[in-house]
Amino acid sequence: MSDRTATIAIDIRETSKIYGRDRTTGVVALDQVSLAIDDNEFFTLLGPSGCGKTTLLRLIAGFEQPTQGEILLFGEHLEGLPPHKRPVNTVFQHYALFPHMTVAQNISFGLEMLGMGDAQIATTVKEVLGLVQMEHLADRKTDQLSGGQQQRVALARALAPRPKVLLLDEPLSALDFKLRKEMQVELKRLQTETGITFIFVTHDQEEALTMSDRVAVMRDGLILQVGDPREIYDRPARRFVADFIGDINILRGKVLSREGQQAQVQLNAGHHGKAGLPIDASNLANEVSVAIRPEQLSFVDSVDNAQLSGTVQQISYFGSGFDYHINIPSGETIMLRLANRSSEHRSYAVGDQAHISIGDGAMQILAD
Amino acid sequence: MTDQSKTDNPLSSSVVTEQTRLRNARISLLAPGMLTIICIGIMPLSIVLVYSFLQPGDFGGVSWVMSFDAYVQLLFERDIFDETLSFTTDYLEIFFRSVSLGLFTTVTCLLVGFPTAYFIATQPPARRNAWLFLITIPFWTNLLIRTYAMLLILRDQGMINLTLIEIGLIERAIPMLYTDFAVCLGLVYAYLPFMVLPIYASLEKLDFRLVEASYDLYATRFKVLQRIIIPLAKPGIAAGCILVMIPSLGAYITPALLGGGKSLMIGNLIELQFGQARNWPFGSAIALVLMVLVMLSLMAYLRSGASKGAPGHG
Repeated sequence: MSDRTATIAIDIRETSKIYGRDRTTGVVALDQVSLAIDDNEFFTLLGPSGCGKTTLLRLIAGFEQPTQGEILLFGEHLEGLPPHKRPVNTVFQHYALFPHMTVAQNISFGLEMLGMGDAQIATTVKEVLGLVQMEHLADRKTDQLSGGQQQRVALARALAPRPKVLLLDEPLSALDFKLRKEMQVELKRLQTETGITFIFVTHDQEEALTMSDRVAVMRDGLILQVGDPREIYDRPARRFVADFIGDINILRGKVLSREGQQAQVQLNAGHHGKAGLPIDASNLANEVSVAIRPEQLSFVDSVDNAQLSGTVQQISYFGSGFDYHINIPSGETIMLRLANRSSEHRSYAVGDQAHISIGDGAMQILAD
Repeated sequence: MTDQSKTDNPLSSSVVTEQTRLRNARISLLAPGMLTIICIGIMPLSIVLVYSFLQPGDFGGVSWVMSFDAYVQLLFERDIFDETLSFTTDYLEIFFRSVSLGLFTTVTCLLVGFPTAYFIATQPPARRNAWLFLITIPFWTNLLIRTYAMLLILRDQGMINLTLIEIGLIERAIPMLYTDFAVCLGLVYAYLPFMVLPIYASLEKLDFRLVEASYDLYATRFKVLQRIIIPLAKPGIAAGCILVMIPSLGAYITPALLGGGKSLMIGNLIELQFGQARNWPFGSAIALVLMVLVMLSLMAYLRSGASKGAPGHG
């Protein structure tokens, strides 16, 4: 999607944020992070709580100052600029709508602060309200709105001043499942329509995959992997990334030989075959973790076509499919996911012997 | 039909007895509170109301003759010889002085109290209680003693004047005691906590993420204060102003000691009528007029607040 030669909207250079006196006694929230986010990109910072993703967002917004390093916005240094002088707006996790103002007043606040004329404010507010489909509620007080409506107002308020970059701090986490799904589509549409760079923070891997042009997976103040959703899902670089995003089987094995981007692996479970190497495979041990997505596995009838065999230990049904947990001879348990389609579905019961085929290119070696 | 009415009757009568039982319980539980309110609130006020329509007794007290003299006296002077009425502004001036001194006290308390409350509300939670504790310490000492202490500080041989003379800034003591300045200072000192505490209560509930959001939307510090913090702290500010304004209007000890009885305030005027002047009806009338004025202004405030829509839930 995104053009790699595009202008860089946000350039983060070896930026650290340490709370407390120094590295040893304090808390390192961000550890020498470098990241370039392109203009007009939907970029997601993904990670568990405490990984530093919100800290990074607050550094860009100007609520916190970096301990080390620098952040550039379209080539300009942001150092020392207070939040109200940065052409960047935030959609806050709990919306932070002004309770003593109406929807329209909330949205015009930023425009007034920028010194825009009354007539222009009125047209902009109307336009932005249209963008988020909230025209009919312009004169409501914000506490008379539902969660989803508040979310839209928060978005409209942050978009109205036409920021160069929009920061979104887990904005969907307070919504229920169905509304969250709707808003995901909505956010993506808004980003495309406005052409503003979105930096989206979330701990929800599904959100990250559906909406983003690129995703950065973070842990303990470090960025582990940056890439488009397919790369992150199909070729996770580290065991943590693989584990964090989606369900995955991790089996132990040995590297027999390497050939370019791939290697021959011998799984402890018996099978040997080709597996993708991680991007940085330089200091890979001989004993490795091999990841296989559960949907890349399938049942086969005869043992001759099977790469693995085992006993069905547990079956869980989740509507759109089944997860089969199968014990294999190496003592490991492997999960196989079958879509709920009658033509493909051959029923197995707990205790049955099952033969499993691993799809082509399904095996991926992980760096720990 | 008959069958049904038979089964109905005991049921409905048991509902009735249950209701009377509940009502009796409610009345007996409310009784102590109601009795207290009647005894210490409504009854004294009724006495004041009745007395204000009577004539003064010769040696204090009242004589039971219906009269509007007390109210007439507020605005008109009765000639000693021919009993004709002439308009006088003497008492209106005292009202005006009290109200303006009260307003000045309230504004000063607000200007000092708001930053204080803001400071406390933005401290780490553990330290806030310590600061609140310090704010309430003056309450532990009797108001009279504190006012005397203020007198010692302000008088010509007091701390301020002596220090200024000692360091050579002035040659002669600046007369500070027995001025409106002294009265106002005394009132601010006495009532400042009543301003700080309610403002603190509303600032403490303020969601500081809103402040962050407004910074993010290009608001300067001043704009954030003007557009976000003050509007959201408005209930606390209003409560503080009411709590300072009303007691300063009726203040008695502070103007008596620090004003030296030179400039009469409403509180002193009322005391005078019940004391030396032995005109209880007139004292009652002044007290009632003051009360009605305060009530009217409060109602006006509440109405203006209601029409604009009360801000927030705080």
